[in-house]
Amino acid sequence: MAFAGVDFYQLDTLLSEEERAVRDTVRAWVDEHLMPIIGDCYVEGKFPKQLIPGLAELGMFGANLPEEYGCAGLNNVAYGLIMQELERGDSGIRSFASVQGGLVMYPIYAFGSEEQKKHWLPRLAAGKEIGCFGLTEPDFGSNPGGMITTAKETKEGWILNGTKMWITNGSQATVSVIWAKTGEIKDAKSIRGFIVPTNTKGYAAKDQKGKLSLRASDTSEIHLEDVHLPKDAILPKSGGLKSPLMCLTQARYGISWGAIGAAMACYDEAVTYAKTRVMFDKPIGATQIQQVRLADMLTEITKAQFITLQLGRLKDAGTMTPQQVSLAKRNNVSMACDCAREARRLLGANGILAEYHSMRHMANLESVYTYEGTHDMHSLILGQEITGLAAF
Amino acid sequence: MKIAVCLKRVPDTDMRFAVAADGKSLDLSGLKFDMSDFDGYAVEVALRLNEQQGPGEVTVVGLGPDAVQETLRKALSMGADRGVHLAAAEVPFDGLAIAQALAAELAGQGYDLILFGRVATDTGNGMVGPMTAELLQLPCVTAISHLDIKDGRGTAHRELEGARETVSFPLPAVLTIDEGIARPRLPSLKGIMAAKKKPVESRPAALGPIRLTVDKLELPPERAGGRIVGEGPDAVPELVRLLREEAKVI
Ligand SMILES: Cc1cc2nc3c(=O)[nH]c(=O)nc-3n(C[C@H](O)[C@H](O)[C@H](O)COP(=O)(O)OP(=O)(O)OC[C@H]3O[C@@H](n4cnc5c(N)ncnc54)[C@H](O)[C@@H]3O)c2cc1C
Repeated sequence: MAFAGVDFYQLDTLLSEEERAVRDTVRAWVDEHLMPIIGDCYVEGKFPKQLIPGLAELGMFGANLPEEYGCAGLNNVAYGLIMQELERGDSGIRSFASVQGGLVMYPIYAFGSEEQKKHWLPRLAAGKEIGCFGLTEPDFGSNPGGMITTAKETKEGWILNGTKMWITNGSQATVSVIWAKTGEIKDAKSIRGFIVPTNTKGYAAKDQKGKLSLRASDTSEIHLEDVHLPKDAILPKSGGLKSPLMCLTQARYGISWGAIGAAMACYDEAVTYAKTRVMFDKPIGATQIQQVRLADMLTEITKAQFITLQLGRLKDAGTMTPQQVSLAKRNNVSMACDCAREARRLLGANGILAEYHSMRHMANLESVYTYEGTHDMHSLILGQEITGLAAF
Repeated sequence: MKIAVCLKRVPDTDMRFAVAADGKSLDLSGLKFDMSDFDGYAVEVALRLNEQQGPGEVTVVGLGPDAVQETLRKALSMGADRGVHLAAAEVPFDGLAIAQALAAELAGQGYDLILFGRVATDTGNGMVGPMTAELLQLPCVTAISHLDIKDGRGTAHRELEGARETVSFPLPAVLTIDEGIARPRLPSLKGIMAAKKKPVESRPAALGPIRLTVDKLELPPERAGGRIVGEGPDAVPELVRLLREEAKVI
């Protein structure tokens, strides 16, 4: 049966015809291509590579970037709806699309030269190149400004050295956007972005083994050992920690939509199960405890939908602030974690199986809770916004 | 080739239906609408023909209230070139009235093929395609599952109960399309953006006189819950007896 979404407050009436059409296309694609295989991919710990051409053909990579670079040129609400629908399937697939669009195509678009944009963006949009984004390091997660990866300028270009950790798409990427310090190691202002083809000598990626979350996603460690790059590998308009943080704002924006998708999937599964599972001679949905669970989920999903739609409208109007994105990412991912856990519990023993979806979402969302600024970091960002006092 | 595809906007068949207070129509509140399933196959057939046979034009035609334009734009986002909206406050039940409006629109426009879905998934009459063909004095093949076009002639397959019929016909012709012929593509995101810029003309539908009306609409009775008659081989005789005497299915 096709997924019908959750729309208790007729939010569809606040969407344009194209926005709904985009949502419906992605929803149908997920039903048709992702849902039949995702359980197995997750259990086997494999990213479903075979889906990349289909995702690209529909135009899902960097869909909010302009048409002149081979992208779909959608507004940000439509882009958000894509993320929502992909994550309804699996956070790993949404992560792939977020990284490709928000963390690889976006920095090339925002900080790249015209030649870099013309070269890379159409190829990335078409899925012919796969990108990854290397910011986090083994000793610098929440505090990326402390990074110790360096880029030394030489006569011919640049030499990169360092290690990046937890890099989504790391092993399958053909091109990597790497952030490194070009000046003193204390100087976060000297952070610049580099476009690094992953077949460059000295570049190596290693799959992160033993993940219990985002198992259908590639997460890797990247080693950079005397990686020689030409002069034009640098993103000319990148400058300081602000640049990667601007990318994160893009990706976090998409995540706040994505989390709603995961929550909807869990709610939908919980409702169906509650109505059909009979215990003590009646459906478990006829008990007050399960009804409270479902009422809480529906309420929280609906609240998140309003926050996020307005966030999208602000982004389209050009007035969205990173702090508003923090609020949405923090609220929505935490909400989705709660929905997934409650749905899993409502499903009883079946809830621990890969055949159902709630536990997969529950485990996935723990990564989402941590990456792109942990929940705590977003509390601190909001705290600083409220009080004017930094508490990091 | 110049191809027209006639589309109907219908309630999504995945929804739960209720009868409206008048006792003869569907309660439309809360329903979602989409292109009738078989019409989607017809659009796909038209797009593929032109992709394979070189440039042409696919025009999609829909009759009904303004919301029909959304369904037309879905076909445009799949790749059709232009839309024609025949405006009517509602879609009458009388297929002949609809066929007259469509024939008036389609006549003399030089279409090589006029495609319909085999049947609309809401009213299920399957009459508008053949009636339009009749009004246009064109050959008509219904419920086709395969189509070849060559040198101004077409060959179509029809799946019968346990047999396949191959029918050939000259162009122009009217065809109604069965499922299975070509899975409709999803509109791509670029297609959705491009559809905004494609032309959709709207003019009043020249509906014929409406002589058929629906007097009453009833939903099938709720199915009673299942019953377990016993377990293991011992239960078989009783099960067989019930199937024969009560359910009367064997
Ligand atoms: C599956 C996955 C994919 C990822 N993909 C990418 C990627 O593609 N590219 C990339 O660059 N990175 C990626 N990351 C890295 C991710 O962004 C980091 O894991 C995240 O920023 C947290 O860093 P950390 O793991 O080092 O945790 P730490 O920063 O060590 O934090 C540990 C704990 O301490 C808390 N904490 C930290 N500082 C403070 C403080 N000042 N006050 C209070 N509490 C604090 C945190 O909230 C957390 O609970 C990914 C991570 C995962 C799990």
